[in-house]
Amino acid sequence: MMIELINVNVYYGIIHALKGISFHIDEGEIVTIIGANGAGKTTTLKAISGIQRIKSGSIMFNGKDISKSSATDIVGLGISHVPEGRRIFSNMTVMENLEMGAFLRKDKAEIKKDFNKVFELFPRLLERKNQLAGTLSGGEQQMLAIGRGLMSKPKLLLLDEPSMGLAPIVVKEIFEIIKDINKEGTTILLVEQNANMALQTADRAYIIRNGEIDIEGRAEDLLKDETVRKAYLGG
Amino acid sequence: MKELLQQVINGLSLGSIYALIALGYTMVYGIINLINFAHGDIYMVGAYVGFAVTTSLHLGFFPSLVISMVVCSILGVIIEKVAYKPIRGSSRIAALITAISVSLFLEYGMMYFVKAETRTFPNVLGKNSLKLLDGSVVIDYKNIYIVAITIILMVALQYIIRRTKAGKAMRAVSLDREAAQLMGVNVDRTISYTFAIGSALAGAAGVLVGVYYTTINPLMGIVPGLKAFIAAVIGGIGVIPGAVFGGLFLGMIETMVSAYGGSLYKDAVAFAILILVLLLRPSGLLGRNIKEKV
Repeated sequence: MMIELINVNVYYGIIHALKGISFHIDEGEIVTIIGANGAGKTTTLKAISGIQRIKSGSIMFNGKDISKSSATDIVGLGISHVPEGRRIFSNMTVMENLEMGAFLRKDKAEIKKDFNKVFELFPRLLERKNQLAGTLSGGEQQMLAIGRGLMSKPKLLLLDEPSMGLAPIVVKEIFEIIKDINKEGTTILLVEQNANMALQTADRAYIIRNGEIDIEGRAEDLLKDETVRKAYLGG
Repeated sequence: MKELLQQVINGLSLGSIYALIALGYTMVYGIINLINFAHGDIYMVGAYVGFAVTTSLHLGFFPSLVISMVVCSILGVIIEKVAYKPIRGSSRIAALITAISVSLFLEYGMMYFVKAETRTFPNVLGKNSLKLLDGSVVIDYKNIYIVAITIILMVALQYIIRRTKAGKAMRAVSLDREAAQLMGVNVDRTISYTFAIGSALAGAAGVLVGVYYTTINPLMGIVPGLKAFIAAVIGGIGVIPGAVFGGLFLGMIETMVSAYGGSLYKDAVAFAILILVLLLRPSGLLGRNIKEKV
């Protein structure tokens, strides 16, 4: 087991956002968390990456409880969080954004190689590497956000709504790349509202509802499941 | 024409000092959205440190400049840790009131230690001057020092912000604090760096003013602090080139008004320009209109 959340509770003031969530991801998997807006998907990712403190429970990453570690330490341990809405540094160049992704690393030669890897995955970023990130199209910004996330050399990549606001053809392209990243050996936790696309990409899935895990199973099984189809896939 | 040239030189000197102080305002605002009203008083402390170093330790201009910058950067970091960090999550009005309290604390704390009287800054740069155009334009070496040191400090600042890791972290935190955290940036440390650098620039300005105007007192930070704040707003608060531009612009205008329109009006003109800018371009002359995030 690469990461395991055990009975995690998160509150925003008096609002109980995560109600005892437990799930795990094995090394090499793509696991997706799907669910409606406000169900607790983003909160789950924020809890893992340490920018949202949890009230109780534990988050074990490779056997170590990281629920009290700082966000900085968690990045150093090998978890990279690509946030919802891309959140690229719009007033910095593409190259500077990627450099920020490698912020904690000191292995200069390896960083250089990883720049090239990102540019292989996303050739369009290479063409625009000296452009301000804010001038990129939505799809390119998502590519940059993922590329930036990869620059910390993560063992586990957290992706929050990579399809948001993108044209269907771009979404397809992004999801193909997500599969490629996984094949290269990065474990992926994918949070999506686009349940169809997510289930087609993932190995396993958890469906979250009102801060609780409602249904879990293999992604292909859930794709065929009658109740899931009705509730999340539009029939 | 010769008179004008002379005034341009004076304007550049005054503007350089405003710009140095304005940079600290704008950097701190950029990173934690706080108008640090104590910033003008850090500049005052810088002047007194320079005074102490030159009169008690008998060191020259450059050592006093460096020591003052170091002391002020430490002071800035301590102020942030003690006064601003505990209220970082609170409302902006709470932060503003805290900043005003820190400002008063520094002013009257200093007065307690050094007394309210005005001190005369020793002339550490000598009385040499450069005579141009058959002696009709006199450039004091002090003016040259002020402008040259300001340029050097700004180039250094630009280098730190564009090229170093700490500088990139500062830019990233000011653009999107949470995203910067997700890159592994230590936000607390980055904010400390920002205060350190901004306060060091104010310390340098304090020594330069001591040398230039030769008198210092514990309340000397109030008016230049306010002017530098205006300069930062005119240029676009949070935007570093804006602070430099705003400082030089304001220094030049004030000098020209003093020279040609009567010095009684110079503050009125400064505030009138501020009001005009706020009416016509609220984000400042070099500021960007921040688009609403979707």
